[in-house]
Amino acid sequence: MNNSFKKIFNGIWTNNPVLVVLLGFCPVLAVSTTVNNAVGMAFAATFVLVLSNVVISSIRKFIPSKMRIPVFVMVIATFVTIVDLVMYGYFPQLHKSLGVFIPLIVVNCIVFGRAEAFASKNNVFDSFLDGIGMGIGFLLTIVVLATIREVLGNGTFFGLKLFGSSYSPVIVAILPPGAFLTIGLMLGGMNFINIKNKEREKIRQKLEKERLKTQKEVK
Amino acid sequence: MLKLLIIAIDSMLISNIILMKFLGICAYIGVSKKQETAAGMGFAVIFVMVMATLISYLLQIYVLNPLKLQYLQTIVFIFVIAALVQIVEITMKKIAPALFEALGIYLPLITTNCTILGVAILNIQKNYNLMETIVFSLSTGIGYFIAIYLFAGIREKMEWADIPEPFKGPAIGIITAGLMSLAFFGFTGLVKM
Repeated sequence: MNNSFKKIFNGIWTNNPVLVVLLGFCPVLAVSTTVNNAVGMAFAATFVLVLSNVVISSIRKFIPSKMRIPVFVMVIATFVTIVDLVMYGYFPQLHKSLGVFIPLIVVNCIVFGRAEAFASKNNVFDSFLDGIGMGIGFLLTIVVLATIREVLGNGTFFGLKLFGSSYSPVIVAILPPGAFLTIGLMLGGMNFINIKNKEREKIRQKLEKERLKTQKEVK
Repeated sequence: MLKLLIIAIDSMLISNIILMKFLGICAYIGVSKKQETAAGMGFAVIFVMVMATLISYLLQIYVLNPLKLQYLQTIVFIFVIAALVQIVEITMKKIAPALFEALGIYLPLITTNCTILGVAILNIQKNYNLMETIVFSLSTGIGYFIAIYLFAGIREKMEWADIPEPFKGPAIGIITAGLMSLAFFGFTGLVKM
């Protein structure tokens, strides 16, 4: 249990597909203008990620290693087509605003990277968890980014007005430059927290050593 | 003729593929540490983009549309691009070894570069004709080249800058890209669509 939690957490923070591994930037930047689009994109990507991980890991023993890339592409493209058509049928508005980024999940490096690095080497259940974890990591990143951009740039959250009429939105936040600036600052912030954590860990270890030393001397 | 010119300027500068449409960011951050490699990647993208867009356009018009197989677009296009890159690589090795030396290592990278598939699909969505397709893909490729080459130049200079510890590496790179994107906003209004 603890182990499977660790696998999911791995995708959320330690190996966050977007902020740490730096993969799949394109959809993250492009569709994070509103939280609504961001959530839609994240669910589409997670669906493809989990199912392609499961399928690839279940057929991994039958794929000759030289043929693996076309096979992966085929599997991923199939699920992307399913998502594309389902979204077109049931959520036409969302489909329209995500536009070209739905078919582009095929070449999203996150999906491909996990298929190659994880699913082709691990069993079905682990690959499933890995897909979920990576999906959640992707979802959180894109939702945080979209929240910052939508609140700053439009004064709304999920389309609801947050401020009074006197609020004048920072329009640059929903324009393309805002996406780059915000995610750059998020990356910096994450590095900052990791550096601070490491320093704290070092100090803690040092104190622990000194405590043991004094204990010995007292004895 | 005027329409072609507008398409060219629009896709090169105003809606630049990287800085305004966010396609191909992975490679943009990945291979832009040196101007030399950035130029290599840029040329390879121009070359493959024109060919891939042209072939996928012809496939869509003469195969997928008459057979009513539009829903297979994604699968067909990605295979065409992957195959095309392989063929280009093999032919280039035989016919133009010098060019292969220069572009060879970037070609496999291009298969998973979303600009190529993105432009092929956008091109179909925009209902361009043959001539417009060629102009659109060529000028988008040039736009990619401009963006990545300039960015690599800035990054080379940034090697000597004193950057705060947490922002070292990709973080400052992305913020720089944001400032470049802001600069490219100056081109908006250059032509009225």
